[in-house]
Amino acid sequence: MTSVTINGRRYQVDLPADTPLLWTLRDQLGLTGTKYGCGMALCGACTVHVDGQPVRACITPLAAVANKKVTTIEAIGADKVGQAVQAAWVDLGVPQCGYCQAGQVMAATALLKRTPRPTDSDIDDAMSGNICRCGTYVRIRAAIKQASAQPGGTK
Amino acid sequence: MSARSGARGGAAREASPERSVVLANISRRRFLTGLSLGGFVLAAGIPSRLSAADPPKYGADGMPHGWVDNPLVFVAIASDGTVSIVCHRSEMGQGVRTGMPMIVADELEADWARVRVVQAPGDENRYGNQDTDGSRSTRHFLDPMRRCGAAARTMLEAAAAATWKVPVNEVEAVNHEVIHKPTGKKLGYGALAKAAAAQPVPARDTVRLKDPSQFRYIGKGQLKLVDAKDIVTGKARYGIDTRVDGMLYAVVARPPVFGGKVASFDAAETLKVPGVVRVEKIEPSPMPARFNPLGGIAVIANNTWTAMQGRKALKVVWDDGPNASYDSAAFKAAMEESARKPGKVVRNNGDFDAAVASAAKRISAEYYVPHLAHATMEPPAAAARITNGKCEVWGCFQSPQAARDGVAKRLGMSADNVTVNVTLLGGGFGRKSKTDYAVEAALLSKAMGGKPVKVIWSREDDLHNSYYHTVSVEHLEAGVDAQGKPVAWLHRSVAPTIISTFAEGAKQEAPLELGMGVINIPFAIPNIRIENPEAVAHTRIGWFRSVSNIPHAFAVQSFLGELAAAAGRDQKDFLLEVIGPPRVVSPLDLSDTWNHGESPERYPVDTGRLRRVIETAAADAGWGKSLPKGRGLGIAGHYSFVSYVAAVVEVAVSDSGELTIPRVNIAVDCGATVNPDRVRAQMQGACVMGVSLATLGEISYTAGRVEQNNFDTYEITRMSAAPREISVSIIPGDWSKPLGGVGEPGVPPVPPALCNAIFAATGKRIRRLPIREQLKA
Repeated sequence: MTSVTINGRRYQVDLPADTPLLWTLRDQLGLTGTKYGCGMALCGACTVHVDGQPVRACITPLAAVANKKVTTIEAIGADKVGQAVQAAWVDLGVPQCGYCQAGQVMAATALLKRTPRPTDSDIDDAMSGNICRCGTYVRIRAAIKQASAQPGGTK
Repeated sequence: MSARSGARGGAAREASPERSVVLANISRRRFLTGLSLGGFVLAAGIPSRLSAADPPKYGADGMPHGWVDNPLVFVAIASDGTVSIVCHRSEMGQGVRTGMPMIVADELEADWARVRVVQAPGDENRYGNQDTDGSRSTRHFLDPMRRCGAAARTMLEAAAAATWKVPVNEVEAVNHEVIHKPTGKKLGYGALAKAAAAQPVPARDTVRLKDPSQFRYIGKGQLKLVDAKDIVTGKARYGIDTRVDGMLYAVVARPPVFGGKVASFDAAETLKVPGVVRVEKIEPSPMPARFNPLGGIAVIANNTWTAMQGRKALKVVWDDGPNASYDSAAFKAAMEESARKPGKVVRNNGDFDAAVASAAKRISAEYYVPHLAHATMEPPAAAARITNGKCEVWGCFQSPQAARDGVAKRLGMSADNVTVNVTLLGGGFGRKSKTDYAVEAALLSKAMGGKPVKVIWSREDDLHNSYYHTVSVEHLEAGVDAQGKPVAWLHRSVAPTIISTFAEGAKQEAPLELGMGVINIPFAIPNIRIENPEAVAHTRIGWFRSVSNIPHAFAVQSFLGELAAAAGRDQKDFLLEVIGPPRVVSPLDLSDTWNHGESPERYPVDTGRLRRVIETAAADAGWGKSLPKGRGLGIAGHYSFVSYVAAVVEVAVSDSGELTIPRVNIAVDCGATVNPDRVRAQMQGACVMGVSLATLGEISYTAGRVEQNNFDTYEITRMSAAPREISVSIIPGDWSKPLGGVGEPGVPPVPPALCNAIFAATGKRIRRLPIREQLKA
């Protein structure tokens, strides 16, 4: 039994401690917003925040998040930076198929919380772990810049 | 709902929310009289071509199950005014769930804020063709969806006129209400829904369509994507997200070699993994491959991770079969050998041999494009449940009717007893037209006594057992005159055909492949011979976004770059000169009998349009500007999916061979555009996909097995290597002209424009994709 706080709610999870957080979220808790893409931390589709830091849920065992605070795409809108990112994503029509975008939003939010006014090179560094097969990168970059310019968005 | 739809009214139920009065509440008899013959014949599933004596059918008419424009099928209005519009095509990122309902809503004069989009299940008898493929959705369904919306609007107007007892020409539907013009009286759509339902569906030829100047949404680019909010908040549901009560999770160990079988297996260790419920053999399917499962050993468990752990513990001995000798290096050499010998002539104009013999110079080159995998971010996934002899399936399907038919056939059921629910698709690119994974899910549900089972493909599964883009060698020769202008052109295209997936042993490219930029080059060259030597497929060949246009455009547009360089000419000017003056050419005169399924009269090849996209992209890019050392511009223009796209790529190559792409300019002429922002998005995305396959993409085989496993070895372009800027110019279209495709035609010009730019920057000519380390040292 592993105790973990997800999106502000405390769960006692009855799964082997080596079960990746990804499958715990998706299959056990029904939080399917966090996506599987590779299982090897190569694509970023499963990005969540653990104690505010972006991590790849597919290689993060349940044991590693015991007694930690996990935030997923379902709750990132409660954060004002997350909300600004989501709004910019919708406004600029970033998503195509949308499958990778949960991970992109989580990675972008983490970037803006750390670096409120990111340069292009900051964006490259923070976002290059997230693959988008539809190729929405130019709009992701624009949306990050737009979100960073939101008044009060990333103070 | 009509009686006809009642039998399997999945969508009918969805389109008719509780408490609502539904426009579609109408008797069978009225339905039949209301809908004119053409639509009914198609809807009844009669083949579009009855016999060889019938004239060929084109466009949507030529597709299985054609089109349907019945408002009773696509529109429902609730008493609260909510308008439900059915989208019968699959959303995979092209924006169809926004674009298609937008067309209906516009003609319907519906307020978009009160429109709800309902996804149709797989049912082509009811909805018309649903195979979301070939860049066809908007170009085939613009007109039917316009008529659908306009017919529903007409019924609302008639209902209002009847309510007020006034002539119908005194009323007009405007933005979700009907107005009585002389008095200014108004009735909302919700209030009229019930009365409108009692109105007959107007005959097709009486339906008044808007003048395009009255469009409210079409062409404006003002509407946000209907799914955008759900996507960024994690609420959007893809096939892999399917959850059904009591559901089990499965992964399958499939034969690593195409055509292989299980010789023996030992599941003892697998069954010891806590949570593994069952190990089940899936019988392989007889050849040809079609959309059938490959067979293998399934591990069924209480969650995905456990199923994967169980599969790791499985011991399978495979009988690889004859394709175990498939080796990409050897195959490339064999294709090159074929490409250097004459093959079947598939187009011939003039006399290549004579012309090349008397030409001032003879130039030749060979180009190689490897197999590619779609690598949709969401791998294939489907869930199925069988209850009371009926199977319900959920999944990410480009072709839900194919899933339905495939499941029905394999389970020995009538398709009427199979319901296929379509989720969002986390990418499609052609992979999800082949619904082998739906059949796997259904077979495993059956094995589990009908319990719901979800099959998930891991990334490794996806890369190891896909339907791959073909592999090709393109051999080109030209005879040029004293000014370097080509007077003779020979192109031998060697590539395993998609047809091999449907007819074992097929060795020639089909018209649908040859018509993708190898035979239908509209060039002002008097002597042209195109040949197609044979090639044997050793894996499942399938269509990948843009399909054979990729290798053909890469070869043709690169070769033109080479000829321009040999002539010492500007690449763009040379390209325009080879295309020649603006003229309209019948595809038949280019030996293209396919023409992307469109009528040669309605959709001729217009070199003026091709020239214009090239000129536009060049002007946008500042063609001719001086660039610092290591920088270069490259250009390519290509006609595909009855659209015209040109790309100018600007590259920077460092002394150590690092490639960056500061900017790409795309110009597209796809006719008039329903949702210009999505056209732009598709061009941007296609550009990145083109860059990705040109720089990194390769599936290769050794001992019959795919060598790549995951995104570490099958790399995809990432943010840092993607073009920093992608600007798109859309050539303004005319609503009186037929539309072109959008989803695919953006890809083909990008790889050759990129390689032409690299040549301009470095003098190095890339003839083999991917580029990978070729610029280093």
